[in-house]
Amino acid sequence: MPEKPKVAFYWCASCGGCEEAVVDLAEAILDVIAAVDIVFWPVALDFKRKDVEAMPEGSILVSFVNGAIRTSEQAEMAHLLRSKSKLLVALGACAHLGGIPGLANLFDRESILKAVYLEAPSTVNPEGSLPTTHHKDDGHSVELPGFYNTVQALNQVVEVDYSVPGCPPTPRIFRTALQTLLGDELPAKGTVLAPDCALCDECPRKDSKPEQLSIVEFKRPQQLLIDEQKCLLAQGLLCMGPATRAGCEALCVRGNMPCSGCCGPTSRVKDQGAKILSSLASLVAGKEAAEIDRILATIPDPVGTFYRYSLPASLLHRKQLDRASLHEAAASK
Amino acid sequence: MRNRDLTPSEKSQATFEPRIVAFFCNWCTYLAADLAGTSRMKYAPNVRVIRVMCSGRVDPQFVLDAFAHGADGVFIGGCHPGDCHYQEGNYKTLRRFHLLKRVLQQMGIEDERCRLEWISAAEAERVRSTINDMVEKVRALGPLDLIPTEEKVSAEEVAV
Ligand code: SF4
Ligand code: SF4
Ligand code: SF4
Ligand code: FES
Repeated sequence: MPEKPKVAFYWCASCGGCEEAVVDLAEAILDVIAAVDIVFWPVALDFKRKDVEAMPEGSILVSFVNGAIRTSEQAEMAHLLRSKSKLLVALGACAHLGGIPGLANLFDRESILKAVYLEAPSTVNPEGSLPTTHHKDDGHSVELPGFYNTVQALNQVVEVDYSVPGCPPTPRIFRTALQTLLGDELPAKGTVLAPDCALCDECPRKDSKPEQLSIVEFKRPQQLLIDEQKCLLAQGLLCMGPATRAGCEALCVRGNMPCSGCCGPTSRVKDQGAKILSSLASLVAGKEAAEIDRILATIPDPVGTFYRYSLPASLLHRKQLDRASLHEAAASK
Repeated sequence: MRNRDLTPSEKSQATFEPRIVAFFCNWCTYLAADLAGTSRMKYAPNVRVIRVMCSGRVDPQFVLDAFAHGADGVFIGGCHPGDCHYQEGNYKTLRRFHLLKRVLQQMGIEDERCRLEWISAAEAERVRSTINDMVEKVRALGPLDLIPTEEKVSAEEVAV
């Protein structure tokens, strides 16, 4: 019997939902296990980093990495798995685009550590100690991973062959991706393994999406009784469908909630946030600055809404930090 | 001024020439810029003009891409309200611009770095004065110097 292809799973800055998504394959997971040999999966199997280090280069067929890159250890693991694998796949929005943890790019490391370790109401830290990479205690010393200033998507750290979109990828998206990867014909490198068209195309409400809209107020889901048939944008809800890739079968819309954009943009769009900004703004009523501002003020957090899953992968990557203070910090090291 | 060595950022500030990318509508601001040229009006040489068929063609991605590729400022020029050749193009521009400005503000990019003006084909003098004004305002802010680019992250980000 020929050797089964080897597969690895790893998680970086992740919520665990993508690991759950693998398990959510339900009975199909048995087929996966029958078809492949899982050689590394910290969440489920007891293999260690040194086991991976001992493997020959390129001996793993596919490594699925979920989660964004936030610490130096995650970057190291990404490089390690890259060298041991023929294919490296970004699984889920965090690895694909930076995801929810990527919203931390609206802050810098210092303010995050301060908020978490010093200021949060639930924090008890009388000595005011902050995480460090070197720690000495009682003659022993340990080295710990460093916390980067900026969250990155996987492909900003290592070469990535394919991405599986979604937060988390739906079982259907993941299963289809797996079949593609284990099949004979691989798509072009860099492909996102989901249909390359807008979510509206597969939305059951697309027929009620008007050509022209004149929105006078954006509403949040709790502010209205949502019609279950009608296009959500037409009801004044901020639906990311026009700027989001299809593949999930409009899961949220089927649950009567607007799409928040987790599958990222199509291949023709460089910046998902700018894309939805452009299409939403064109739908706004008003020709005077004051009136336009009044309508747009009903979108309280544009970056958090338009870039909910894609801030690190966006053209601007992160909030701009004060240059002077950065230079000083670098000089004082 | 005290006699001392300039810090690196002050040095770069002293020699800093802002790079402004301008998207000018073919039917108005572009013609005005042309007129300014043929009338030998002098304006700051910091602007790279890109002609578009209508200010409504300026996708917000163009603006972000310009910043991501080293522009210190972006200037959009279109026809006065009511004068757009495609009727509503400049109203779309106005709406997008207002939303884009909110995104830029959240992303820590100063207000003066992105500007929209309605300038008709006859208003060569306004092209000149607006460009000069913008160049000085952006010069005062200093380089945008977007961070991080992919390479910079690992080099610059020192772990705690
Ligand atoms: S993509 Fe979503 S489900 Fe997956 S790790 Fe990130 S936050 Fe969790
Ligand atoms: S905007 Fe949203 S609700 Fe409307 S068709 Fe597109 S995905 Fe469906
Ligand atoms: S509807 Fe949008 S947010 Fe919901 S799963 Fe699909 S792509 Fe993600
Ligand atoms: S044609 Fe000039 S702004 Fe539309």
